[in-house]
Amino acid sequence: MIPVECYFALSALLFFIGVYGFTTRRNLIAMLISVELVLNAVDINFAAINRLLYPNGMEGMFMTLFVIGVAAAESAVAIAIIINVYRKFKSDSVEAIQNMKR
Amino acid sequence: MGNTVMFIILAVFIIASALMCVTTTKIMRAATFMLFVLFGVAGIYFLLDYTFLGAAQISVYAGGVTMIYVFAIQLVSKRTLQGLEERVKSSKMITGALAALAGLVVVGLILLKTGFYTQEIAGVEVPMKEIGTALVGSGKYQYVLPFEFISVFLLACIIGGLVVARKEDKA
Repeated sequence: MIPVECYFALSALLFFIGVYGFTTRRNLIAMLISVELVLNAVDINFAAINRLLYPNGMEGMFMTLFVIGVAAAESAVAIAIIINVYRKFKSDSVEAIQNMKR
Repeated sequence: MGNTVMFIILAVFIIASALMCVTTTKIMRAATFMLFVLFGVAGIYFLLDYTFLGAAQISVYAGGVTMIYVFAIQLVSKRTLQGLEERVKSSKMITGALAALAGLVVVGLILLKTGFYTQEIAGVEVPMKEIGTALVGSGKYQYVLPFEFISVFLLACIIGGLVVARKEDKA
């Protein structure tokens, strides 16, 4: 029997590792990977709260399911934008992008 | 007992992979470590007896999203990305670490102050039939509206991605 606090601690650690990556990385794809870590931390929380605190409902599980779907769509669009940015600026670091249109 | 051992193994695996993912300088390695993190999170779902969720995590995240990242890394740059050694300024590193630590301390204090009542669960997984009826039913606690919304949203994202990423005409 694992207490729910263990899941919360794991998810908090994962979340702030993601935050650290997002603030330090200067590369667009690496930043996007950090965002995925953050989203996964939130998913763990949803599932653990649903299972261990309110086991009769299914809201957390469906929330996680929808978050997975939205995250997939989000990363697809973001990658499309990054490829376009790379074509325009010949670089994919955030410092290279001065204005959105030129 | 077995669950506890499994949880500790998964937690160490996830945290170690995530740390490697944000600290490694090679972008391709970061994507690979993200794949490990996603598998670990799927293992957490299996541990919570959410079998369907674990399967969705593996098939959508590990199978789909990671492939998109690998394709993007290969597409974006022959020279700049694949052998990229990213240099991180140490001042930026300290700022990021401080911000993350501050947030972690706040969340940890809140967790310590709040008492949670963990219920004994029977250890049975949610039956697939129940998931299916809840996903496409329109009654109370049923989710046909967000389900349809997600499908339209995915279609919009496909079209948006195609429009954004297509090659511009020369004319």
